[in-house]
Amino acid sequence: MMDKVLLAGFGGQGVMFIGKIFAVSGMIADLNVCWIPSYGPEMRGGTANCSVILSDEEIHSPVIDQADGGIVLNQPSYEKFLGRIKPGGVLVINSSIVNLNKIRDDIKIIKVPATEIANELGNSSIANMVCLGALLPHLNLTDYEKVKKAIYEVVGEKKPELLELNLNAIKKGMEH
Amino acid sequence: MSNRVLMKGNEIIGEAAIRAGCKLFFGYPITPSTEIIEYLAKNLPKAGGTVLQAEDEIGAINMCYGAACTGTRVMTASSSPGISLKQEGISYCAAAELPVVLVNVNRTGPGLGGLGPTQSDYFQSTKGGGHGDYRLIVLAPSKAQELYDFTLEAFDLAEKYRNPVLILTDGFLGQMMEPVELKEKPTSPEVDKSWVVDGARGREKRIIASYSLTNEIGEANNLRWEAKFNGIKEKEQRWEEFYADDAEYLLVSYGTTGRISKSVVLNARKKGIKLGLIRPITLWPFPEKAFIPYKNKIKGIVTVELNTGQMIEDVKLAMDCCVPIYLYRRQGGMLPTETEILEFLEKQFKLSTEEV
Amino acid sequence: MQKVFGRPKGLTEVAFSFCPGCTHGIIMRLVGEVLEELEIIEDTIGVSPVGCAGFCQDFFSCDFVGAAHGRAQAVGTGIKRALPDRIVFTYQGDGDIAAIGTQHAIHTAARGEKITSIMVNNAIYGMTGGQMAPTTLEGMKTSTSPYGRDLVINGYPLDLPKTIATLDGVKYVASVSVDSPKNILQAKKAIKKAFQVQQAGLGFALVSVLSTCPTNWGLSPVDSLKWLRENMMPVYEMGELKVAEEVKNL
Ligand SMILES: Cc1ncc(C[n+]2csc(CCOP(=O)(O)OP(=O)(O)O)c2C)c(N)n1
Ligand code: SF4
Repeated sequence: MMDKVLLAGFGGQGVMFIGKIFAVSGMIADLNVCWIPSYGPEMRGGTANCSVILSDEEIHSPVIDQADGGIVLNQPSYEKFLGRIKPGGVLVINSSIVNLNKIRDDIKIIKVPATEIANELGNSSIANMVCLGALLPHLNLTDYEKVKKAIYEVVGEKKPELLELNLNAIKKGMEH
Repeated sequence: MSNRVLMKGNEIIGEAAIRAGCKLFFGYPITPSTEIIEYLAKNLPKAGGTVLQAEDEIGAINMCYGAACTGTRVMTASSSPGISLKQEGISYCAAAELPVVLVNVNRTGPGLGGLGPTQSDYFQSTKGGGHGDYRLIVLAPSKAQELYDFTLEAFDLAEKYRNPVLILTDGFLGQMMEPVELKEKPTSPEVDKSWVVDGARGREKRIIASYSLTNEIGEANNLRWEAKFNGIKEKEQRWEEFYADDAEYLLVSYGTTGRISKSVVLNARKKGIKLGLIRPITLWPFPEKAFIPYKNKIKGIVTVELNTGQMIEDVKLAMDCCVPIYLYRRQGGMLPTETEILEFLEKQFKLSTEEV
Repeated sequence: MQKVFGRPKGLTEVAFSFCPGCTHGIIMRLVGEVLEELEIIEDTIGVSPVGCAGFCQDFFSCDFVGAAHGRAQAVGTGIKRALPDRIVFTYQGDGDIAAIGTQHAIHTAARGEKITSIMVNNAIYGMTGGQMAPTTLEGMKTSTSPYGRDLVINGYPLDLPKTIATLDGVKYVASVSVDSPKNILQAKKAIKKAFQVQQAGLGFALVSVLSTCPTNWGLSPVDSLKWLRENMMPVYEMGELKVAEEVKNL
């Protein structure tokens, strides 16, 4: 079994971070994982994206052509990655700032007003976590408990105040 | 699992070097290899070593030359344009028979090129690169664990043969995070250090240099190196076979495309196409031996490369061109998808799925 | 109505792609103004380096040649020797000119090559994401000097203009800054003079400009200017470091 996930947004929206959380949650479950960032000048100012694969078998090709699931946090990412979700897959969209000018009816689109929800929770920078929560129920190999452990591991004791905030954001997202 | 951690490919190389006992690292930043020097700048001093950022790559490789002369484990890492600058120094290291470990995180070229994954430096890596008739042992990892294992081993190989060893990767492998088991390094075999220059205390003086005073000396040197290279060819060819046993068609591919090709093999098998893979692990010596059993057995080969077709020449030589051998390639930083590789194979060998 | 402030003709319409608050933009503007004021846009060939400065090939309206990292002055030499009546200038970062390009920096100057070099000193490698440069200050943390530049390991910061000023082929060297309106005016004067030296066929001229890199310094644009003033200006000798007799009469 495999989960192939694409994550994209503006640099600074925490795309790499949620990718890392997914990957670490897979490590905790003793799965094979592969996390690949976009790198180089692409990172300057423009959009950032990364891909994560979780698998209970060996991961051969690390390249995701058609993903099972995705999260897009901004307009350019939406336009770029809408076509990269396989039929029957799931795409979570930060509907607070993405205008759904194009649509596909062969995939499940989950609209989450993530920026608004994040603001209500008191921190605009956790829109990424809200979206992570929204995608979570649609993945096969990871779940809330594993992600929770991953967040503890990554955010760690350094910033305990952030832990609760992140977990709340994920729970809010899971309601969608 | 004990020591299983999630790390970036470039950092894995750095960690493995420390664990291999590398004490000196000389380098100059260049994307997409920079995490190696950054990781080592942070962590090598804690292990009692030193990282020196040189004024340029020419400086860095010549610092390696000097350090290696003293028998100290030393490494440098760079990316294509920087590796080009090092070529003169690499040639000198080869001539002086110095165990230097080199890493090339290949980026696209020619010229300044771009940062994407590529295999454009295959010729440069395997056919010499600098001037003179020498070879580097070239290792081509394709996943995190191999980045670790091959780096550890590179130091031993370099010392065993007193020859520079090159680890050839790309930005994709370098930036990717995968689990790696940080295995304890097996103890290195005892190697002869009777050649090092460390001060002639109580012994005859030694000279490490590469100028041949007479043509006779020159030829004797070349013959000695040739014998060494032949020995390496005999003993060190390495490759992985994947569903090759009963294959009618073979993919040949290494590094990043080597692992993509494994997925292609699995997809083809699902469709009933008997496809296998030979994945060279040593690019020099090229694993010619891998091809011998398949010479009269298979119907054709596709090499999958990220260049205009470089390794395919070695594959043709290894196969004596006895079957059709085609190239499927992407360039400039683009990677092929599993689907497009399989479609190419089906088209070249007219394998419509209905037939099988 | 007369337009009093606009894009100098020396610059193209392409928008600068530098990070917010990066003073590369100001320096390029000054060079663009000088090219316009001296009416040399059509006679000039610029050589771009590798680094953030390398983007300049898109921003100036004169012809441009892109060089390999560190080689701009060697490339510039080739152009000037082929076309001695044209104006040739290089625009290089501190890493480009003072680390990998040092051999060319020294020998272009020693030969008295009749070209103009602008060096942008931001004490760091910008393009590659904040590694130590030859100009990185003592104790300054970068990604390859994570514990701060240690003089024992990395040696002292290199004040290249000061070194170059000691060489005989050199007619003009200045070290300037663009942190304040007053200094910007001075910087422009120096840049202009460096081009005039070449117009008069006198010899090599170098202007080093202290510049900010808010992104890799991890500071806001305003704090970066303050940091530059307080930390870089005391280390690097400022002002006109060499003005040959012939130049004084220009
Ligand atoms: C031979 C070679 N080595 C390394 C690099 C990578 N590289 C690109 S720009 C750069 C340094 C840029 O720093 P600087 O010259 O100070 O300019 P800035 O980006 O700060 O403006 C380096 C090391 C390269 N392109 N070529
Ligand atoms: S990285 Fe630094 S030097 Fe480069 S554009 Fe950004 S602020 Fe300027």
